[in-house]
Amino acid sequence: MNTHEHNHDHPPIEEAGGTAPDYFEMMETAVRELLIERRLIEPDDIRRQIEVLDSRTPALGGKVVARAWVDPEFRARLLADGRHACEELGITFYDDTSLIVLENTDAVHNLIVCTLCSCYPRPVLGLPPDWYKLKPYRARAVKEPRALLKEFGTLIPDEVEIRVSDSTAMVRYLVLPQRPENTVNFTEEQLAALVTRDAMIGVIRVNVDPAQGKEAVQ
Amino acid sequence: MEKIKTADESNAGTQIWLGIVKATGEEPIFKAGDVVRISMRFPIGHFRVPNYIRGKRGVVESVIEPAAINNEEEGYGRNAGKKSHYYRIAIPLSEIWDGYQGAPNDGLRIEVFETWLERFETEKE
Repeated sequence: MNTHEHNHDHPPIEEAGGTAPDYFEMMETAVRELLIERRLIEPDDIRRQIEVLDSRTPALGGKVVARAWVDPEFRARLLADGRHACEELGITFYDDTSLIVLENTDAVHNLIVCTLCSCYPRPVLGLPPDWYKLKPYRARAVKEPRALLKEFGTLIPDEVEIRVSDSTAMVRYLVLPQRPENTVNFTEEQLAALVTRDAMIGVIRVNVDPAQGKEAVQ
Repeated sequence: MEKIKTADESNAGTQIWLGIVKATGEEPIFKAGDVVRISMRFPIGHFRVPNYIRGKRGVVESVIEPAAINNEEEGYGRNAGKKSHYYRIAIPLSEIWDGYQGAPNDGLRIEVFETWLERFETEKE
């Protein structure tokens, strides 16, 4: 996978040519060939699933959040059943996960993590960023979330409760950030463009710089 | 609330006078508000309960519907016909970590399968 376009950062993927496959590459090849040989999957299934995953990006989540900001009835349905509400917008869930949408308010700031591995709302956000999968984030999110958020530049006042949701099994989480105040005149599309991946993980708030606000008003 | 509801909400309605008998595991054992302890067990193999919450006390925030197969059993290909509930459990971070550096209201939410939950009885205190 080296031709996809998406919104996360990772180091350049090295070309495989010339070097022997490493342990995990050999393991992957062996497992894949066994699965195909035993007809548990078809040869095209893995390629197809990669296409499915690549079609999911944080822009989808941004659309969900923007709709929730402009449509209170949709917002209520989203908070009641995240998966069904996303499906209303045509976002399918190709796995058996359900989705709990966590609303940030003046009293509560939500943060999501998977301490066991890398569970993530992939149907709505695509692949997680590398830091989300690494041990420092996974450990610190549940042990010292305020210090962690501070490193992301997010200062949460002590009177605001931090609620860390750790996904371990069938449930995935998506943070519904607070709508910035100076966006009254924004269209739904303009709002969606403000919502970044990190805001839906809960490590930052959605911010809008004043210049952008002016532009939207015109 | 369509998918996530409390046990009381799930039980409301017509079931009693219809005389429906529920299968084992079909009804959640715990309900929202119940105080529970996460089991202090250390099985070998595939598990979905992180070590840091074992033995900790929490409160059932909601029952996660519908009932689901046990992921730990499924890891070994054993899941036929057996379903039970996951629960969204709330545990204060100060309960989990001694000397937690944060605000007293900060909390964890985590889904835990029924087999890992024990009813918290006051005499244990």
